[in-house]
Amino acid sequence: MPVSDLFRQELRVVNIGLSSFKESLDEVGAAAVQVDWRPPMDVSDESRRIIREHAAQIEVANVKVMDIILRGMPQLVGLARAIDVIPGMKPNLILHAGPPIAWERMCGPMRGAVIGGLIYEGKATTPDEAEGLAASGEIEYAPCHEHSTVGPMAGIVMPSMPVFVLKNEEFGNVAYCTMNEGLGKVLRYGAFASEVIEKLRWMDSILYPVLDDTIANMGPIDLKNLMAQALHMGDEVHNRNRAATSLLYRVLAPEIVRSCSDSRAAVEVLEFINGNDHFFLNLSMPACKVTLDAARDVPDSSVVIAMTRNGTDFGIQLSGTGDEWFVGPADVPDALFFPGYTSEDANPDIGDSSITETNGLGGFAIAASPAIVQFVGGTTSDAIRYTLEMYEIAAAENTVYQIPYLNFRGTPTGIDVVKVITKNILPFIDTGVAHREPGVGQVGAGVLTASEEPFKRAFEGLAARLAK
Amino acid sequence: MVVVGRIKKGAYFDSVTLMNVARELSHMEGVADAAVVMGTNENRAILAAADLLTPEFEASGDTDLLIGVRADTDGIAEAALIAVDRLLENVQGTADDGEAFVPKSLDGALDVVPGANLALISVAGRYAGDVAARALDRGLHVMLFSDNVPLETEVELKARAHSRGLLVMGPDCGTAIINGVPLGFANAVNRGPIGIIAASGTGLQEVSTLVSNLGSGISQAIGTGGHDVVSAVGGITFLDGLEALVDDAETEVIVLVSKPPDSEVLDRIRKKLAKIRQPVVSVFLGTEPEGPNGCRTLAEAAFRAVTVALGSEPEGVRGLLLGGDDQEKETVERIVGERSSGQRYVRALMSGGTFASEAEIVFAGIGLNDVHSNVSSGRAAKLDDPLRSVANTIVDLGSDEFTVGRPHPMIDYSLRVKRIVDEANDPEVAVILLDVVLGYGSNLDPASELDDAVREAVSKVAVVCSITGTDRDPQNRRAVRDALEGAGAVIAESNLSACRIAGLIARKLGVK
Repeated sequence: MPVSDLFRQELRVVNIGLSSFKESLDEVGAAAVQVDWRPPMDVSDESRRIIREHAAQIEVANVKVMDIILRGMPQLVGLARAIDVIPGMKPNLILHAGPPIAWERMCGPMRGAVIGGLIYEGKATTPDEAEGLAASGEIEYAPCHEHSTVGPMAGIVMPSMPVFVLKNEEFGNVAYCTMNEGLGKVLRYGAFASEVIEKLRWMDSILYPVLDDTIANMGPIDLKNLMAQALHMGDEVHNRNRAATSLLYRVLAPEIVRSCSDSRAAVEVLEFINGNDHFFLNLSMPACKVTLDAARDVPDSSVVIAMTRNGTDFGIQLSGTGDEWFVGPADVPDALFFPGYTSEDANPDIGDSSITETNGLGGFAIAASPAIVQFVGGTTSDAIRYTLEMYEIAAAENTVYQIPYLNFRGTPTGIDVVKVITKNILPFIDTGVAHREPGVGQVGAGVLTASEEPFKRAFEGLAARLAK
Repeated sequence: MVVVGRIKKGAYFDSVTLMNVARELSHMEGVADAAVVMGTNENRAILAAADLLTPEFEASGDTDLLIGVRADTDGIAEAALIAVDRLLENVQGTADDGEAFVPKSLDGALDVVPGANLALISVAGRYAGDVAARALDRGLHVMLFSDNVPLETEVELKARAHSRGLLVMGPDCGTAIINGVPLGFANAVNRGPIGIIAASGTGLQEVSTLVSNLGSGISQAIGTGGHDVVSAVGGITFLDGLEALVDDAETEVIVLVSKPPDSEVLDRIRKKLAKIRQPVVSVFLGTEPEGPNGCRTLAEAAFRAVTVALGSEPEGVRGLLLGGDDQEKETVERIVGERSSGQRYVRALMSGGTFASEAEIVFAGIGLNDVHSNVSSGRAAKLDDPLRSVANTIVDLGSDEFTVGRPHPMIDYSLRVKRIVDEANDPEVAVILLDVVLGYGSNLDPASELDDAVREAVSKVAVVCSITGTDRDPQNRRAVRDALEGAGAVIAESNLSACRIAGLIARKLGVK
């Protein structure tokens, strides 16, 4: 195309830099758009060069990864005990949220949840005894993520705990997650008082068998379709799961009544689900996990396949870098605190729930969730801006999850670490905030941008592999 | 005096915004000096030089905002630090009205405005190459305003652009007019049959405004950036731009403006010129004119181009633009007659680099001796200290030694205003020569900036001034002209004419 073609078109300018140039263009009535440009993140020139030279190769890999992610079909297929189904689970293994971490470096809430878990499991009778055992070396720890599992907040999964079983119908892989305990004093926030353990035992003896029978009788539940509807109803299925929980309740209720011969148990189960707006979180998370896991290990891909925190570290994995974790310190969320609490009380970011953002939901879909915009500055336009900004770092747009306000545009899906670095835009996560002391529970909810360090390391890590 | 410093982590602002904030701070009562910069190594060196490098800055990084203030008291310094937040908020407020999403990247912008065809890039030089490469990948033409882009990056970008039929104007391209739209520091000119290719920003502004003021107009004005015509780059943009003008049905006359290109680049240009349909007017400042339409000066090139386009010379303006007429003679003689004894030198305080070069050429052309310049191209002696004039002196106030850490003199007149007053107080100075450049991006009220200084100066010396611009520019040339004339300056119709008048005065007084 000859340069002179430009002279026969209307000039349409993208202005990157001095905004006064844009003002001049506006003054003469020329079509122009301003870019709020910022310098790229600080990574080595060498890695930048390698990534630039392999851009086409990375792009091909990312297309493949996004095809797998977008075609994922998460379904709830049943429940089971962790020890019976989770690969690699064994009696002395405890799964936790986030990247790998030893007992010594665990934050307060995670330690509290381990203590509660050991008491629940019958391996200890007092907190002191549990703490001794936890530190003794007899207990092994591993990230949920490395065992096809995800867990909110501390994310503690004990061998005997019942878990949801999800299957990716398209690719056949499976993922697991415990059931949500509700709000108040709960294990996932590190509480281990006797009432916490009692509730877990009720979930084990009543909730688990009732739901297990129900799903067995009715067959798999299509969670992708359910989440797509929930987005149209004001959820982003991370910090708000009210619509999704309601939809699930509608699906389950008749079948629970039909399946459960003990009507008192049926009522308890229905009331438990009805009373917990976050019940669905423990399904949206493994739904995202089972979707993303299918796209692991595509060489050269710069798409984030796991993004998670353990209350001490923030870690990510890329499809193109195998099992390697790229880790940096976890930050304290910028949150709205419940009365009586301040950021002084807040634990650094914790939980596998940012798997939702990794899959184009949660903070990435916050424009679909006007009811919770007070977390992001108070106006719907703030929420819309957050979602629009996430398109900048997304590898694709979702084909099923949509934002009604954006004319049903697909949510920004698949975090591309190359875009994160070159555009200097970090993923945006909405999250609950745990008290830094074990046993206190949730002290607030809010948002945060992901930690910078893991993304820089992942960029360098991918470059190192590409250079080989 | 106290010096206080503060770091704002992870805040990024472009340097122009920051310099404007620093300027506001320096104007606060009791503040002696202030710097607001990103925490790069270079900037820390600048802070150190200004004695504003406090210990907490040592560990800062590229994305930290450093604020240093020297003030009479702690209280004043503290107030200045607080003022920074307010000033920056104002800036952010304009960038984001709380409603609309502002894209963060070229790709984001193309989502918002599909079909964009030109990226105007003015980010810091070390990032500009990557941004420009992305724009080319997305099929956009590029105007690269940024300077300090490495030469190899320029070559890479231009080769890539050339292979895709795209144009990279710049790096360091200050001005262009595409499809009638002024880009960067450009003027509001008439559209018309004359196309320009210029490796000089102010050169392009002078020729395009003179053409417009002579009643003709500009089809396209393509800036190439000053390095384009060196042999390493090979004139890629110059030649591709030329080809585009040849293809353009609206362009009937082509004007080439540049400092002398490297010889092999000049050969390529000549080869190309041999085959084109349009008449070509050229000015390669500092070389002997070539061909029937070769010119020595910008004004000559503009006049010649309009003459060719119209088929005859515009009436009654030759002398005003090019000099050599009775009116020029009268003006020179009147001013010479008004000088007191001992006054004999010209001091040219220029904001346009090309205007400083043109002054050197014109002074040499009229036989003025003992000329010194901080940007000498060989005709004048090199000025050792750009802050101290010697005999007849030309100072380019836009050169690096004056612009590190402060806006260009076309925007910020404060240095020039101070220098005018200083030069006027020199008993050997007879005349001060100025250029005032109007247009988008330039200072919006240059007449007010200069008013006091010119009034004070003309009580002792003559002030001769050219005004590059049009009546449709945001500043309005006529209004600026009337105001400066009211202050006592002699207004010339071109930089050539202004240089001639000032130079002739100095020459006459020098031989007395």
